[in-house]
Amino acid sequence: MNGSALVRSNLVVKGHGGAIGLPSLAFKNVLQTRQNTTAAAPPPELKASYGNLSDSDRIFTNLYGRHDWQLKGALKRGDWYKTKEILIKGTDYIINEVKTSGLRGRGGAGFPTGMKWSFMNKPSDGRPKYLVVNADEGEPGTCKDREIMRHDPHKLIEGCLVAGRAMGACAAYIYIRGEFYNEASNLQQAICEAYQAGLIGKNACNSGYDFDVFVHRGAGAYICGEETALIESLEGKQGKPRLKPPFPADVGVFGCPTTVSNVETVAVAPTICRRGGAWFLGLGRPRNSGTKLFNISGHVNNPCTVEEEMSIPLKELIERHAGGIIGGWDNLLAVIPGGSSTPLIPKHVCETAIMDFDGLVAAQTSLGTAALIVMNKQTDIVKAIARLIMFYKHESCGQCTPCREGINWMNKIMYRFVDGQAQSSEIDMLWEISKQIEGHTICALGDGAAWPVQGLIRHFRPELECRMKKYQEQNEKQALSN
Amino acid sequence: MLSLNKIAKCLLSNSRTFQTSAVLKHDTMFNHRDTKEDNLDIKFEFSDENKKRIDAILAIYPEGHKRAAMIPLLDLAQRQHGWLPISAMHKVADVLDLPKMRVYEVATFYTMFMRKPTGKYHLQVCTTTPCWLRGSDDVISCLKKKLDIGVGETSKDGQWTLSEVECLGACVNAPMMQVNDDYFEDLTTKDVESIIDDLKNGKTPTPGPRSSRYASEPMDGLTSLKEEPYGPGFKVRPDL
Repeated sequence: MNGSALVRSNLVVKGHGGAIGLPSLAFKNVLQTRQNTTAAAPPPELKASYGNLSDSDRIFTNLYGRHDWQLKGALKRGDWYKTKEILIKGTDYIINEVKTSGLRGRGGAGFPTGMKWSFMNKPSDGRPKYLVVNADEGEPGTCKDREIMRHDPHKLIEGCLVAGRAMGACAAYIYIRGEFYNEASNLQQAICEAYQAGLIGKNACNSGYDFDVFVHRGAGAYICGEETALIESLEGKQGKPRLKPPFPADVGVFGCPTTVSNVETVAVAPTICRRGGAWFLGLGRPRNSGTKLFNISGHVNNPCTVEEEMSIPLKELIERHAGGIIGGWDNLLAVIPGGSSTPLIPKHVCETAIMDFDGLVAAQTSLGTAALIVMNKQTDIVKAIARLIMFYKHESCGQCTPCREGINWMNKIMYRFVDGQAQSSEIDMLWEISKQIEGHTICALGDGAAWPVQGLIRHFRPELECRMKKYQEQNEKQALSN
Repeated sequence: MLSLNKIAKCLLSNSRTFQTSAVLKHDTMFNHRDTKEDNLDIKFEFSDENKKRIDAILAIYPEGHKRAAMIPLLDLAQRQHGWLPISAMHKVADVLDLPKMRVYEVATFYTMFMRKPTGKYHLQVCTTTPCWLRGSDDVISCLKKKLDIGVGETSKDGQWTLSEVECLGACVNAPMMQVNDDYFEDLTTKDVESIIDDLKNGKTPTPGPRSSRYASEPMDGLTSLKEEPYGPGFKVRPDL
């Protein structure tokens, strides 16, 4: 999971609880929020259209690895340019630029990055501070950080330095998932180059500031993308999320103040500081600014990763970059718009959906990590979701009962639904179980497992009922013939 | 008369019993059982080269937090031995001055630690939804047929282990499989067969996408990043 995908978002809007059994009503219902925030009014559209970003506004210019990823190539593409000046400008300058840019965390929860980093600037009590970069990318559908780490590692390392300076950290640990061996080795090589060139380490970039960057490889656990589980894992323990508070900014890795940030969030920081927060803010709708890496997988003609402007319409994103749906747009069944944890949206919602935080909340789903999983009409949608639930069952750390047991139940029910071997009243039961898991666990893995099921029931209840009817009829026929 | 066995079978096969907690939560067993390959009489020692690596690994963690090196050290032990026997766990506990239990905990939690003999080539096929949508089932069945082993099994000659794994993070290059450390992406059954044939013949197949593309760009030509990348100083704010 791309880790922070598991950070519980306080902005996700849920259908009203009373909509059980009447999913079509959920749309018209008053939207109820998960915590104490209210659904915001849609952001004003300042431009006529969003999307079709020009290459000069793209940050990850070596996304496809067509150029040299090592230091020489990175310098040629403008990395490490005036980094010293940025560092000398200091904490307030960097945090201010990031705040101005409106950058929101790219790992799933979308928390304002400038604010998060500023939490680290409390009066020091002598403990060292750490930046931890969440590169434990494992959310099904998501593969954006991998491209950064293997093709543009210097952007990430420079980002670590700039973000580390902003929070006064002494070192950054990049926690990369264990399966990304070649990516980790590219990254490590880039770090060695940066040390040799004096860009990091003692007196980094001649700015008088000491900063180290280390790579730590994980060993295969989705849950370690959750920030506190990641901290536990980094300390050499089982990756089981901690209760908050204390928040990592008070007690994080090795008992010291820590901020955990996603790879993409950290990697865009230097470019924001260089070109100014206002440039970044000018892209995308207000509150959803900037560029974003989108992963388009599943039933499209050309699955790809692409950097686009935020607020691009979903349809345009798929048509322009992924070559359209296999079988044409009318063959679209549903899209999971933000990695496996987000509820799916059916075709009629996809027509108008806008790919940003607010746009997808309005569609009762979430931007998550901006990883679109596209399914066309030939898909067994129930099985697709059941497979996701199996994933969550496998990845649950087992700490909280609702998640450990509940996802197991959901998995069993879902696989019966695939064949239709169930009563239609069990659909409500499944909904109820998902609601009992959601919000009753330490971390957001439980929520992430509940939402796909809720999305399926919300939009595909007739399909589920139809299967059950078919199964029953078949059974009766068989009983008669016996 | 019903035998106890039959009653147990009847209870287990009923998917709607009230007792729903699965006895086995994990793909592999947590417990250690002494076997021919894995027992306390088989000693494990890090090679000299790896001892140097251990020093380098320990150096990156702060004073008093040696324990943080647990996962890297277990990984190192596994790379040296091919899989992770109990004596290697004990060795890691020794190096880190920890009770053995602390190491067992970690080694059983993470899926990348193989606690039973694993083939020379560990084939891990991603079968999570994005890969499944693009045909990971075909990849699995092709491998099963080609190698004549089931999922989770190791071939008799100790060459091959086949695993079904959860998302490996290469979803736009689905379906994909990982052979030891390398990703093979954009697979068709033909590609799978040629990869296995290459490995059987001692050749090293080229990792990465097996289709015409280099990485994760659209297959039918670029839709972005068509221009040369901009250079240093491009649109940098004047006051910096």
